[in-house]
Amino acid sequence: MSAAVVAAARATASSRSGHSLKKTDKHSHRTALLMLLPAGVLMITFLLIPIGLTFVLAFTNARLISPEPAKFIGVGNFTRLFENATFWKSLGNTVLFAVVIVPIQSAVALALAVLINTRMRGVNFFRTVYFLPVVTSMVVVSMLWMFMYQPNGLINALLAKVGIQGPDWLGDPHWALLALILMSIWQACGFHMVIWLSGLQTIPGELYEAASLDGASRWQQFAYVTWPGLRQTAIFILITITIAAFSLFTQVNIMTQGGPLDSTSTVVFMAVRTGFQQQQTGYASAISLVFFVIVLAVSLIQRYLTRDKEAGR
Amino acid sequence: MSATATTNVSKKQRRPELRPGEAQPGLPRTVLGMILRIALCLVFGLPLVFMIVSSFKPDLQIFADLGTWKAFLPVGSMNLDNYLGVFDRVPFATFLMNSVLISVSTVALGLVVNSMAAFALSRITFRGHKVVLGVILATLIVPFETMALPLLWWVNTIPYFDGSQGWLDTYAVQIIPFAANAFSIYLFYQYFDSIPKELDEAARVDGAGWFRIYRSIIMPLAGPAIATVSILTFLPAWNSYLWPLMVVQTESLRPAMVGIDYFKQLNVSWGQIMAYASMITLPVLVMFIAFQRAFINSIASSGVKG
Repeated sequence: MSAAVVAAARATASSRSGHSLKKTDKHSHRTALLMLLPAGVLMITFLLIPIGLTFVLAFTNARLISPEPAKFIGVGNFTRLFENATFWKSLGNTVLFAVVIVPIQSAVALALAVLINTRMRGVNFFRTVYFLPVVTSMVVVSMLWMFMYQPNGLINALLAKVGIQGPDWLGDPHWALLALILMSIWQACGFHMVIWLSGLQTIPGELYEAASLDGASRWQQFAYVTWPGLRQTAIFILITITIAAFSLFTQVNIMTQGGPLDSTSTVVFMAVRTGFQQQQTGYASAISLVFFVIVLAVSLIQRYLTRDKEAGR
Repeated sequence: MSATATTNVSKKQRRPELRPGEAQPGLPRTVLGMILRIALCLVFGLPLVFMIVSSFKPDLQIFADLGTWKAFLPVGSMNLDNYLGVFDRVPFATFLMNSVLISVSTVALGLVVNSMAAFALSRITFRGHKVVLGVILATLIVPFETMALPLLWWVNTIPYFDGSQGWLDTYAVQIIPFAANAFSIYLFYQYFDSIPKELDEAARVDGAGWFRIYRSIIMPLAGPAIATVSILTFLPAWNSYLWPLMVVQTESLRPAMVGIDYFKQLNVSWGQIMAYASMITLPVLVMFIAFQRAFINSIASSGVKG
């Protein structure tokens, strides 16, 4: 759109505005409501009500398909949940998964971004390849890695070449969660690489010039120019990876079904198993509610710890 | 130094003449950097090459090739048996058409309802529009997984269009709950706000209604936002797994992602699984290669919130 058009429009508007716009205010109000209506109804029906329902159903014995109406049972679901060893195991796995994946995945993604943030010939090729797993669905990635993780599969065959006898990745409780961690990082890194990259490109080149004039080493340039400049990006990446890690489900459902010995069971996997397969909606809602409170608490704590201490902005 | 850099980011400067990579030599430029790039290329690319190559090999050939480079090369006995096997075992064409139908409908419906809502929030000032925007943004912190099970109960309880109880086992239940999307509204809102308000004020003075301004002035200017929202809606719709797994029992309504479960239950033929995986990945891969810049930009813009 050209500047001339805008300028002309601005002139027309200012010369003729005033009471003619005021008169239509009531009409505007109605139009606004009308345009908001479809999205509003959909969001209320399929987002706000289900969120509200989580709080209600968690205190009932509701079942997915049941001839009898649900009954209020107080905190029964929660006491049952907190006495369940599988729940604590699943929560532990979920937290461990997040704690390992958050720093590693963001660091690898940042390294990828730094490597391709250069005006070198062919760098787009590398960016494309690093990004390929992101456009591949987690379902496909899970099947592929399940195949590669077979005891006699690709990974162990390659390890055998260098004289290492690989474990039964998905069948051994000591290795299964690690196996899921590795493939999850492989799949998602490219996504965060792109976000780091857009952060890197907002840092003005003059800052690097100034820093190198002052004799800063490459590492110092990274520590004092790049990293502080990536602050907002880093916070965003920290929070999104954490939430994604807590929501771990697809890989578990396809590759391990929570096994062996619950070593890869997660909170969401447990919620789906009880709420869908066993149809205990009330109990699953209690799990969902606990999960929601944890995710909310973690992201609030992260926001608090990473808040801008210098200015409220 | 830290303060300067931070304010620069928050101002979101245009890309400077000197790209950061230009001004910051070192790792990206050295031989070590190149070796790293190529090694990472193998790490991220080879598993996918392995998937596609294996889809053309009989299982015996796949396992015989595992310990060597042949695993990644189209050599040895190669044929289309795995693909024929897939079509033999599952109604693949139906699954694929379902996936296309569901993703395209979700994108189309989403573009209309979300852009309209964003237009109203950005252009028409009415009492409480800040509150509405705040509520919409607040829902962004709720991961779908936390409400999936109450939502399942809910869609099984509410009446369907024909008055019968429950939405399970329909196309609608796979499309309509995902049409309105807080993040899409936010992306449109942000983009619309960057279009000068004088444009539509002038049109209003000339007698155009809000719908007309939306349709003939704002949407034609919103190309980049439409592309971003389309991609960010299409990918999760195409890849969705948890939801269709729970809401669809009828085979003829299943999307392709859920169809892969058929291959786990029966005696495993890895070649066929790789063929199935390759076929459901191919459409997205082709789209990605064709619209690469739009894909990367849309992902990058998803990081602007925060």
